[in-house]
Amino acid sequence: MTAVVHGKTRSAGTPARPPVRQSWHNEGRLALTLLAPGVLVMVVVIVLPILETIRQSLFGAPGLDPATGFVNETEPFVALANYTDIFSSTGERFWRALGNTSFFAVATVVPETIIGVGMALIMNQALRARALVRVAILIPWAIPTALSGVLWGWIFSANGVANAFLPTQVLWTSDGFAAQLAVIMADTWKTAPFLALLVLAGLQTIPVEVYEAARVDGAGPWRRFIGVTLPLVRPALVVAILFRMLDALRMFDLPYVLIGPRKSSVETISMLAQDEAAALRYGSAAAYAIILFLYIFLIAFVFVRMFGADVLGARDRVGPTRAERRAAKANARFIAAASAASPKETLR
Amino acid sequence: MLKRGLSAVATLGVAALILTGCAASAPAASGGDSGAPAFTDRGPITLAIGKISGGNAAQTAVDAWNKDHADEQVTLVELSAKSDAQRQQLFQNAQTKSDAYTVMALDGTLIAQFAANRWIEQLPKDDLGLDDRLPATVKTVTYRDNVYGVPLSTDAAMLYYRTDLLKAAGITEAPKTFAELSAACTAVKALPEGAGISCYAGQFDKYEGLTCNVSEIINTAGGSLLDDKGRPTVDTPEARKGLTQLVSMFKDGEIPAEAITYNEEAGRQAFLAGKLLFHRQWAYQYVSASASDGSSQVAGKFAVAPLPGFSADKGGASVLGGKNLVISAFGKNKATALDFAKFFGSAENQEVFLAGAGVAPTVAALYDDPKMLEKYPYLPTLKQSILTAVPRPAVANYDDVTAAIQDSAYAALSGTEGVDAALKTMQGKLEGLLK
Repeated sequence: MTAVVHGKTRSAGTPARPPVRQSWHNEGRLALTLLAPGVLVMVVVIVLPILETIRQSLFGAPGLDPATGFVNETEPFVALANYTDIFSSTGERFWRALGNTSFFAVATVVPETIIGVGMALIMNQALRARALVRVAILIPWAIPTALSGVLWGWIFSANGVANAFLPTQVLWTSDGFAAQLAVIMADTWKTAPFLALLVLAGLQTIPVEVYEAARVDGAGPWRRFIGVTLPLVRPALVVAILFRMLDALRMFDLPYVLIGPRKSSVETISMLAQDEAAALRYGSAAAYAIILFLYIFLIAFVFVRMFGADVLGARDRVGPTRAERRAAKANARFIAAASAASPKETLR
Repeated sequence: MLKRGLSAVATLGVAALILTGCAASAPAASGGDSGAPAFTDRGPITLAIGKISGGNAAQTAVDAWNKDHADEQVTLVELSAKSDAQRQQLFQNAQTKSDAYTVMALDGTLIAQFAANRWIEQLPKDDLGLDDRLPATVKTVTYRDNVYGVPLSTDAAMLYYRTDLLKAAGITEAPKTFAELSAACTAVKALPEGAGISCYAGQFDKYEGLTCNVSEIINTAGGSLLDDKGRPTVDTPEARKGLTQLVSMFKDGEIPAEAITYNEEAGRQAFLAGKLLFHRQWAYQYVSASASDGSSQVAGKFAVAPLPGFSADKGGASVLGGKNLVISAFGKNKATALDFAKFFGSAENQEVFLAGAGVAPTVAALYDDPKMLEKYPYLPTLKQSILTAVPRPAVANYDDVTAAIQDSAYAALSGTEGVDAALKTMQGKLEGLLK
């Protein structure tokens, strides 16, 4: 048994900051000066457009003057009518779209995660054709979504390749469950590589000796994956899944291009917003956008709370900390010793 | 006024640039509410037009103009070939009040919307010389009795049919009614060479093509989408008769199930592959179906007829496609723009576009030109279709109207809703939209 325990341990206490007020003040001022341009850019490109969208969402579409046949010049102020309309008069369509949006977020991210992790494991192996494999896996991610929508449109057309392999003719691009399935497949194909890429980055921070330790201790491939790889890659994986969730909740171009607009089984909230904007009702389009924004915010908040995704950089990089690595090594030994302890408990 | 904050990526800086840009270019002679505006300034202008299929016919015409007008040069701005993208480009141009496009080629269904928003200028009708145009095409440039464009091209649907199969079944004439069409189909299917062929298809996916097909069948059955006063009339026995025809053809399998996914291209491919006996399609399919390079299985085996009706004395009523030349309210040098629109849409140029690219003209006489008839044998049929055509509604909120029609019609055709219920919903929605 090669009990590899890291000899070097981190010095127990953090060095005390010199309690000099003056220097703290100077540092603060310097930090403020350095941050100012960044903050300014953020305000201009993020805060102001959001405020403007909120303002826009309080205005209705200009009506048509029945006498002249011309559209009025000004947009009427309607307060929250755009929002109340969404939940009342167009409620059915909205709830359907909200359901679709949530469904797609789950139904695409789950297979993407499984496939993405698999791809990352393959890419992480030192194969002879490593570069080739990586390129092959990443190609779908490099293709613009609208374009992959067109490509899958051919595959899923009534006389397309997909139907050639099936005993019956499935009308993928008409409305219904088949359309949802088509969107899920195309999206998984396109974005699993994205997950794979982030997970791969996490995998590469896991030192080889951890695996060696586990192997020596007699852990098989599956135990090594469950006991070593997954806990150590977890921070990267959680961030990757979070990114994908947020992306999937904004899904627009794939169902729009592949299936088509106004098809209730694949209509997402982004599509509703686009539909309203295309009909020149910017107020209600903005209201949909705000609601989607809040929804995504909520999901992200809950997700971060539940899984502790390290998006704020509390740990200064994606990947396991040293302490975690040590823990995993101990864990690996632990497992090898056929202990019943769950990896999570050991980790904490 | 800062509007359109929806696109959350737009920075204030960019918006400010656009705003100052349009303040400088605010039109001097924007039209009043009554009568056509004055067209005064002269100078260089632009023409924004989607690619005319079959080469650079548009550029040739622009070059001809530029040769004689040294101080009023026209620059061609080619828009996307796809109608969705084209529409978006023109919308953005109007909403930013940009003077990038002076003369624009606009779809017939967009005229009302652009006119109602005062994005395009009302034109002096008597000055345009529209007497030689097919009357239905002048209707497509009219909003509330005022003319907003020069009809450049048109299009109408025809019934493409397989002459070889009808002949083999002993049928010499194209069907004039849907009953005859069904009978012919049954006869052809009984033949060994007709086994497995589908009877009929149009465009039934949920997009503008569906509005065209449904609008046609309702008009053909003697109904209408809107009455003379612009009130919706789709919850009527005639409309029911029309929509029921399509729904029952779907149910009987006369229209193949996959046709619910058909747009123009998918249907064209099916017809060219020999999978359809009858096909409702625009004029552009004729040339590609006649191609002898192997891309078409039906070259020399098909012909066109007017759309079928419900009785022998009243044929089908097509809708109209086509482009119209309009003048942007935000463009400069509108006197030049008006002259150029008249020139570009003149009979001479339409002849060039027809001869070079098969663009259906709005000038009536060109349909009887022997030279053209030789090249495009479908012209008499097309003319007949145009003469009996009923344009789609000219309403300012056409987007909403067509969406309401598509929602209900698609539900009826795909069988998720009955015809009566679908038309009732459609009527209710249209009434809400056209109060």
